Order: sequence, then structure tokens, then C-alpha cells
Amino acid sequence: MRGSRKPAIVAVAVAAALAIAACSSSSSSSSSSGTSASSSSSSSAKVTLTWWNNGNTQPLLGVWDSVAAAFHASHPNVTVSVVPIQSDLFTTKMPIALKSDSPPDIFQQWGGGQEATQFTSGKLANLSSLSSAWISELGQAAAGWQVNGEQYGIPYDQHVVGFWYRTDLFKKAGISSPPTTIAQLESDDVKLKAVGITPIALGGGSRWPDAFYWEYFAVRECSESVLQSSIKAINMNAACFSQATKDLTAFMATNPFQGGFNATQAQTGAGSSAGLLANGKAAMELQGDWETSVVPALTANKNILSDLGWFPFPQVPGGAGAATAVLSGGDGFSCTTGAPEPACAEFLQYIDSTPVQEELVQKGEVGLPANSTAQSVLTNPALQAAAKAHSTAAYDAEYFDIAFPTNQGQALDTALADFFAGKGSNSTIINSVSSSSGH
Amino acid sequence: MARTQSASPAAGRDLISRPAAGARPPRPRRGLRKRLELTVLLVPPTVLFVGFVIVPMIFAAWYSLYNWSGFGPLNDFIGVQNYNGVLTGPVFHQAIEHNVIIAVLSVLLQLPISLGLALLLNRRVRGRTFLRLAVFAPFVLSEATAAVMWYELLQPGGPLDALLKAVGLGGLIHYWLASTSLVLYSVFVVATWKYIGFGIVLLLAGLQGIPPELREAAAIDGATPWQVTRAITLPLLGPTIRIWIFLSVIGSFQLFDLVWIMTLGGPANASSTILTYQYTNGVQRTEFGYGATVSVVLFVFSLVFALAYQRYALRRDTAGAVTRAVI
Repeated sequence: MRGSRKPAIVAVAVAAALAIAACSSSSSSSSSSGTSASSSSSSSAKVTLTWWNNGNTQPLLGVWDSVAAAFHASHPNVTVSVVPIQSDLFTTKMPIALKSDSPPDIFQQWGGGQEATQFTSGKLANLSSLSSAWISELGQAAAGWQVNGEQYGIPYDQHVVGFWYRTDLFKKAGISSPPTTIAQLESDDVKLKAVGITPIALGGGSRWPDAFYWEYFAVRECSESVLQSSIKAINMNAACFSQATKDLTAFMATNPFQGGFNATQAQTGAGSSAGLLANGKAAMELQGDWETSVVPALTANKNILSDLGWFPFPQVPGGAGAATAVLSGGDGFSCTTGAPEPACAEFLQYIDSTPVQEELVQKGEVGLPANSTAQSVLTNPALQAAAKAHSTAAYDAEYFDIAFPTNQGQALDTALADFFAGKGSNSTIINSVSSSSGH
Repeated sequence: MARTQSASPAAGRDLISRPAAGARPPRPRRGLRKRLELTVLLVPPTVLFVGFVIVPMIFAAWYSLYNWSGFGPLNDFIGVQNYNGVLTGPVFHQAIEHNVIIAVLSVLLQLPISLGLALLLNRRVRGRTFLRLAVFAPFVLSEATAAVMWYELLQPGGPLDALLKAVGLGGLIHYWLASTSLVLYSVFVVATWKYIGFGIVLLLAGLQGIPPELREAAAIDGATPWQVTRAITLPLLGPTIRIWIFLSVIGSFQLFDLVWIMTLGGPANASSTILTYQYTNGVQRTEFGYGATVSVVLFVFSLVFALAYQRYALRRDTAGAVTRAVI
């Protein structure tokens, strides 16, 4: 599940508890169980790796505990202390931790501009040489975790954003195959409305789902080189970005979303956008591949996953971007400079090994493993479609809020959420990343 | 007689002075004990207060002069630029306006409701204990729980809408949290539901401090119940009401959890408060220097209000109790 996409409700509700827990590390569970004669660690001294991850709920909580225990079994000198922390808390905890003399050895890392912002602390370990022997197994996936061409983080999964849809509701509206162009999507919306179904659920109350629409229009309108140079220069003055706003305005004018979408949260409860899709109250939702780990908990329908299909964001005629380009991201980890090496890098390698990656896929926590050989165990047809779209994409465009430095990325999300709520204009979106007074 | 008479005062003086002289040695012991007591009682809270209140405040004021992402050294000194950004920003002005609206509405609406219910619950009515419990219950809930509960109740087509429809008021149904013109008032209603119990309990305590003889005497003199309430109960309840207003206004300025969980301050800042503004622009955007500036501004606002209120509204109430005792 994309880490920064966890609901804010949980963040606030557990903030105090976790803050205390993380400080005292009383909630950390050590993987002291299990011993093994075999050891591949080149270090003989006993070390402990403190590991801050966002697996604070099942099934990931259990998976990471067992991964830590298994690693200790094969590396008896290395004990991994697991500290689960809710995703949103990393925003506040990492600056403090990276300023202190005792940051965690390993912590959750979403790469991109956010990683570059953390890099300025000087506490991120360069993993390039320690991972050079095996990083190529991850292919292009690892590039999003580089700063200045060096590997300061390593992903364990990838994400792709696309439309999740209810195959049963499409059938009911007489839609035989998913749309491939925006015009088709709009005409399908009309068909769905005609049979009383809300076409698309949108979690505007959580802000970030709004951004997917504008970003995808930008990915379709801008060429790869313009996209890359704009992100690098933190400047969206290229005409294609304004064109994306025009496309979005036209699309929103067709009223494809549920009423009151500005206050709908993305993932919390049956009334959330994922809940509306899960309970058949809306036919589609533009979301990441993590949808399959969110939706089942929001409905009594035990077969919900077999009712879901997936199709990529439709083509926009005349756009300079590749029709198959995808908006994507992923989850990973960084080591800090004080972490015992090579133990830390070896642990990240272990997480990316095929058996662990397959376990993550099978437990339903990871849709697209960073190690593509583990994709063979994917069984859900919709996830397979998403994985195929990702692996055959002309190129990946990282979510803009992660690709830009944190400050500008968040400013863009806010400007887009305001736009969806009817406040703001193309210029407020475009200027959000370059204007220092974007508060 | 005369000798004995003249001797007796001396003896008396002796008798008086002896115990006084005899009492002298314990004095240092009592002083030592007092100092020890003061040390034991005062040092821990002072250390905590300085460590967790004063020092962070000084740090916040210091950070507010820097452009600082939270990572790396504090080396980009920008003077009062953050303050310019905060104080001239339209979004911040909007947030302050919302805080002021909530504070004013709290006093105008919550106070009469609390007062009415407190007067009612102070009478001997059937099921009084249950009623007191019922009005106080929401205050015991955590803000997060209350916010999640109300978020679900206010969903489009949710329980509240269903209730309105069932009683024939379907025309009143709105997007309670999605409408930019309504959302602030929806949040205010939830805050009122949450905090009204606190006001009632505070006022009930105040009411119980009013001697019943005063009301009885007035009643004997022929005062109507309304006259008794207006001329005796309300004036004597003045200190409690003034304290409640103080707590309510400060609480309104610090409103965060309820709003953040229900709306994130949205849509489009329509329900933002100073603290949601601080969290969005300081913490989420990792502009900790800017966030610190907002904290300092909020602190100054609260301090100025608190001092002015103490000086003008609470002076009468605290004059005997605090000021003189300290002097």
C-alpha cells in the first residue's frame, strides 16, 4: 500500500500512542527467535538494526515480523528490531530522527524529491556500491530511489495508478469493454448514470486522489522530456500543463463524480471512495494498485475482488505524452549513515529476494513487487492487468507530489484539491510549485 | 502584695518569654522543612514546565527566523520573512476569521444553552442524574472518536439525511461537509455537541456554590423565579461564566483534532483553523521554520487575549483570590 496514502483519521487517532511507542521503542518486537547455523553476513560482531516501517496494521505487520525473524535466523549476528509507525508520522518523525545522533538504521522511504529533501540531512547512507551486485534485478524500479545518480534508498514494491471498475455494474449499464479514450469514458459515464449508478467515486476529502486526475492529464499532454525537465526545474510553465487543466475542467464539467466528493475520504469506512466502489455505489475509482488491499475491509461482499477489473487511464487525443505511460511510485527503505554495514544493505537485499517478494504478493500486501520475478505468483486478474500495463508502459511518471521536493509536492496537492472544490484556477495550480508564497 | 504584684508581671514576662525563647530552636527546623517541602513540590513541575513549555517556545521563536525544512543545519536566516508570509497570507487570514467565528458563536450560542440546561439540571427533576450524565457524556469521548462518528453521520445519504427525510424535512438536506459555505457551521455544531457538557458541569458547580438562603430570602420577599434568577443567580454565577468564556475562546483558537479528522480544513480551506493551517503549511510541507512562525503568532494572539481578559474581565474575580495573595 502506498505509504503516504493511509487515512488521516488513523494518523490522528494513534498519533499520541505511536509517538510514545516509537520514542520508547516499547512496541518494537525483536526477532530474537530462531537460530541457524548458516550465516552469510561478513560481519562477525553482533549488531542490531532498528527498522522503522509503516507496517502498523495486518497483514504487513506480521509479514515484517516474520521477515525480521527469518533474516536473524540466517544472520545470527544481526538482530532486527521492528518499529511499526503509521505512515503520516514519518513526516514529523524523520526530520527529528535525522537531526539526532541516533536515527533508526533503516526507515521507510518513498524516494523522489522527498528523498532528496532528506538527503540534505547528510544522514542517508549511499548504498550504490553495497547493492551494485544485485540492484539490476529490480530494473528501472530502483531509479526513483536515487539522488544525483547514487542509490540512497531501495524499493521493495512499485505502484501504478489506473481505473478500478466494477465488472458487474459495467455489465448492468451495457458497457461491454472498458474505455480507451476520454471520450469513451465520458460516454460510459452517461450510460452508467442512465441506470442510476454514480460513474466514478472520488476521495476528494483526502486531497491526494484529486491530484491523480490532473497529473494523468499532464502525463498524457506532456512529452516525457518536458515532464522530466519540468520536475527537475520545479517549474510547470510548459503549455502542456495548462492544457491538462483545460482537459480536467472539461472532464469535470460532465459531473462524473458522486455528490459531495469534496468531503469523501479515500480509504476510511464504507462511505469512502473505496467503500463506494466496494459496495457497488459507484462503478469506478482512479486509484493505485493498493486498492485490492483496501477494498475487502470495506464491504461484506466476500467476493469483491473478483468483481473488480482494471484499465489504464484513457488516451487523450492530441497529447504529446505516450498513450501507455503510467503514473507510478513505490515503497522502499533507506539506511542511515550510522547503520552497521553490510548488514543493513544485506537486509534490504533480503527483502527484495524472490521468496520474500513472493510472500508479500501472496499475503495481498504488495501488488507489484520490485523484483519482477515474483510477479509470477500474482493471481488476481485485475492486478495482473495493472502489472502488465506497468511493465509494458512506454515510461513511468512518478506521482508529482513525491517527485517534487516535499514542500512543492504538497503545495501542488493543496492547489489541486482547492481547484476540485471550485476555488483557484490554472495559474494557482501552475504557480503552486514555483511560487514561494504558495501558502 | 505590691512585691508579688510587681514580681508577677516580670514572672509573667518570663513565662511568656521563655516559651518564646524555647520556641526559637525549632524555627530553623520548620524553615528547613518548609524549604524542603517547597523544593520537593516546586522543582519537578518547574523543571517540566521549563523543559516542555518554556524551552520549546524559545526554540519555536528561534526557528521562526529561519527557512528550514527540518533537515540539515539551521543556516538560512531570513529574519521576519516568515512573519510577513504568515501575516499577509490570505489563507491565514481566512483561518483566523474561522477561529473568530467559532469563538464568537461559542459565546453567543453555547453560553445560553449551557446556562439554560444548567439551571434546569440544578432543579429537582426526575432522572436528574441520568440527564447530567447524558449531557456530559460527549465531553468524555476523545475528539478523534467524536470526529469519526460525526463524519459518518454527516455523509451524503447518511444517518442524519435519513433522519431528516423520515421526519419530512428532506428539503433541508445539504452536503454538510462538502459545501464550502456550510462546512464551518457543521464543524461548529459538532464542537458544540462535544463541549456543551463541560460548560454545563462548570456552571452547575457554580450554581451549587450559591447559598440557597439568598434565593429563599428573595422568594420570601416576593421575587418571581425569573427575578431571582436575573437578580441573584446570574450575578453570583458571574465568575464562573467569565471563566467559561475564557476557556471557550482559548479552546476555539486551539481547535484542531475535530476539524482535521472531519475535513482536513477543507474543502478549499472553508473550515481551516490556525492550527490546520499550521499543520498543512508547516508540517506537511516540511517547512518547519514557517510552521514555528504560525505557532508563535497563535501564542501571541492567545497571550494578548488572555492578558487583556485577565485585566478587564477577570480582575474582579481574581482580585481577592490571586492578586492580593501573591502581593
